[in-house]
Amino acid sequence: MSVKMQINGQEVQVQAPPASRLLDVLRGELGLKGAKEGCGEGECGACAVLVNGQVVNSCLIPLGQMDGAKIVTIEGVPGDSPLLQSFHDCAAAQCGICTPGMILAATALLAEHPQPTMDEIRWGLSGNLCRCTGYGRIYEAVTQASTGDAHG
Amino acid sequence: MAKLLEVASEMEKKNSPKRVDGLSKIYGKALYVDDIPLNGVLHASTIRSSCAGGVVEELTFDPTFDWTPFVVVTAQDIPGLNAIKMLENDQPVLVDRVFRHAGEPLALLAHSDRGMLETALCHVHVRETPLAHPVFEIDEALHAEGTIIPDNVYTDYLLNKGDVEQAQKNAECFIEERLMTSSQEQLYIEPQGMIAVFQEDGVLRIEGSMQCPYYVLDALEQCTGLDKDKLRVVQSTTGGAFGGKEDYPSMIACHAALLALKAGGLPVKLIYERGEDLRVTPKRHPSRSLVRLGANREGELQFIDMDFAIDGGAYRTLSPVVLSRGVIHAPGPYRCANIRVRGRAVATNHPPFGAFRGFGAPQSIFALEVAMDRLAAKLNMDPAELRRKNLLHRGDVSPTGDLVGEDCFAQEILEAALIASHYEERRDAFRHWNAAQHNTLRGIGLATFAHGAGFTGNGELYLASRVFLQAHADGQVEILCSNTEMGQGAATTLVQIAADALQLPMEQVHLAQTDTARVPNSGPTVASRTCMVVGDLIEKAAQCLLQKLRAEGGLSQTFTSAEFSAVCFRMQESGKDLLVTASYQPPVDMLWDEKSFTGRAYSSYAWAAYIAEVEVDKLTLETRVLNFTAAQEIGHAVHPQIVQGQIEGGVVQGIGYALYENVLWNQFGVMANDRLTNYIIPTTADIGPLQVVLMEKGLGAGPKGAKGVGELPMDGPAPAIVNAIQQALKIDVAQIPAMPELLLDLSRAQRGSQCQ
Ligand code: FES
Ligand code: FES
Repeated sequence: MSVKMQINGQEVQVQAPPASRLLDVLRGELGLKGAKEGCGEGECGACAVLVNGQVVNSCLIPLGQMDGAKIVTIEGVPGDSPLLQSFHDCAAAQCGICTPGMILAATALLAEHPQPTMDEIRWGLSGNLCRCTGYGRIYEAVTQASTGDAHG
Repeated sequence: MAKLLEVASEMEKKNSPKRVDGLSKIYGKALYVDDIPLNGVLHASTIRSSCAGGVVEELTFDPTFDWTPFVVVTAQDIPGLNAIKMLENDQPVLVDRVFRHAGEPLALLAHSDRGMLETALCHVHVRETPLAHPVFEIDEALHAEGTIIPDNVYTDYLLNKGDVEQAQKNAECFIEERLMTSSQEQLYIEPQGMIAVFQEDGVLRIEGSMQCPYYVLDALEQCTGLDKDKLRVVQSTTGGAFGGKEDYPSMIACHAALLALKAGGLPVKLIYERGEDLRVTPKRHPSRSLVRLGANREGELQFIDMDFAIDGGAYRTLSPVVLSRGVIHAPGPYRCANIRVRGRAVATNHPPFGAFRGFGAPQSIFALEVAMDRLAAKLNMDPAELRRKNLLHRGDVSPTGDLVGEDCFAQEILEAALIASHYEERRDAFRHWNAAQHNTLRGIGLATFAHGAGFTGNGELYLASRVFLQAHADGQVEILCSNTEMGQGAATTLVQIAADALQLPMEQVHLAQTDTARVPNSGPTVASRTCMVVGDLIEKAAQCLLQKLRAEGGLSQTFTSAEFSAVCFRMQESGKDLLVTASYQPPVDMLWDEKSFTGRAYSSYAWAAYIAEVEVDKLTLETRVLNFTAAQEIGHAVHPQIVQGQIEGGVVQGIGYALYENVLWNQFGVMANDRLTNYIIPTTADIGPLQVVLMEKGLGAGPKGAKGVGELPMDGPAPAIVNAIQQALKIDVAQIPAMPELLLDLSRAQRGSQCQ
């Protein structure tokens, strides 16, 4: 089937079976490799993208449901997003495989709670696994992005 | 205390340059193995055994199915030796007939279409005669009649000091415990994978996610029979490893290479999906320890006696080295005249167990530290006090019989942890909390330990690591070494060390891609050795380079970056080479006898004291970590922010090990909970901010006295947490993970025994 979406601000039309996973369409047809596959079953968040402002795991989303959707991947996060800077400042990306999904989850979190409490941060990111950081540097990065406090 | 403690927030204010790999990862541009663009790629799949050992009677490829568009590889197609090159050549690349565990590779398939590959798998039939009595438990294997290898023991080590039998007669207080740790999955978020492709010049290029490119190269040479100059191994951006990508990448690389040899020039991509990765790749060795401790009435240790056994699984792989680290760390950082540790790595029909952060030490340290708390209880002494009395001092004799020198901070780090965590205050507050009628019970527990960095004993000597520094005409300097960035920050730390030593800005120094066609063998990226051992070599190479530029190019004593570049340019113009090499030289006092386990096992130990505060729900028996203090003396923090990230990451893996991560086995000895829905690792919902305390005394073997820190944080959380749970619930917990089900059984058993 043919599906029309807006991806990172651009209108895109994709021809693919309706059951194709959004993740495969993004990584394959569209070459947006920032979304990663960590588990393929909605548990790790490495494939997270924003669909109409909500963070979703693209490995679980069939393309058929995406007609007319507005999708943002890591490639479409605006360059002046304070999260990009704060993740860099705080060394919040270690191996980096969780990082794109984590930044998108944090983007959705900050859109809802511009000044999140630690509990809100922990709740907001709980769908994204990171095995490297123990989350400490990530908490710091999200806090920095929300308060605008430059690091160090 | 001599030097003020630096807690997290202060520490970060120190100079921590940005990670050199930061931006590409943050923008999603770094290429992991699955992201690498390829033309005409074949996808690959592995056909595996299903029984827990046995014989493959027949492997049939359905004759009615059209196999022409497929590449098929079986054991008969292996041009070289059918064995993965490791300590022993016992593990086949592809099973020919006899196999030892479920999930062993029998054959390989490749096709350009993933769907077709799936279909084809249904047309392969395997007939196996299963092994009559597979074994899955350590003690069962030690007493089994039919064995996998003689006695089912891969390696049997003995660390023996003093006279335990005699000391036992004199001990005034004595405990005996049996403690168990389960397996643990590394769970790097990027599953394992490799790409094999023939270059135009006929060289077979293997690229993928790995820790040790030279292990892979050696394995490929042995299995393909190709000369090393016809093979090239390149590391792609690696999405976490933690030991899990130490040995198994050799297996996947051989498989991809064998397919490529038959694929007529097309690239082959072999990437595991999560379930396959969980089922077949090596995990942490399960362990069982019988510990006996004796002390006098004052609490001074009189003897430590441990029978330590780890489950090695069906092939030897890395078990001997895991075992030796476990044995050396078993007596902890304590002064004790009589020590006996017997260690055995046992053969079972599980898939082989392998390296995971800590490498044997988390298992034996868990046993000792939980036993120490039991001893404290028996002596009616606070656990911190018992440790205070026994921790090593300068001038003591270490458990392996060498003299403890200046670089010993066991006592200091304990005091630091106690202060930072408000130990006594919290302990008293928890007593009141538990006396009041709350829905939860609270406890505080600690563990004191030391972790040796680098290869054990003479390991570094045998490795004989080399690094190159290559200056270019434009003044840029490249570090050439085989050590890999896998998230731990090695790329940044090594560049920082070189830039520091060369007095150049970091932007002028680069770490070359880990590619065996270019980089020398500086040893594997394991055992917390990269920053300390390889960092030290890089520092030495930097000094050689400066010397060379001074002697041959007239570089002055102090110089600007532009002057440095100008000298490089002139030297290049006049045909002088700008490459220097540094090779490992062991410290002069590094004497180790691997037969008797005596001498100096590691060039440096980092010292640590970890304190956990937990809360257990009375109804559900779920445990929550309220606060966690991780205090360590690490010599020197080259990059404090990276060090902090390493420690936080390790502690959280340790929390998972202690509380949640439960590898379950099916009847064939394969991981049953092979999905992220049922193998549970800590999420942000479980983990609050941790308190990291660093002490830097500058006496380690690395640059400016740095010591390895990668593995250290894995050792302490499990015993500290279990000790805290024991205090909260007043029960003995003898195994991890301490899941609610286990705590429920233990509480019931305890109530039962009280009624009698
Ligand atoms: S790959 Fe989609 S949630 Fe893990
Ligand atoms: S940085 Fe490696 S998984 Fe998060």
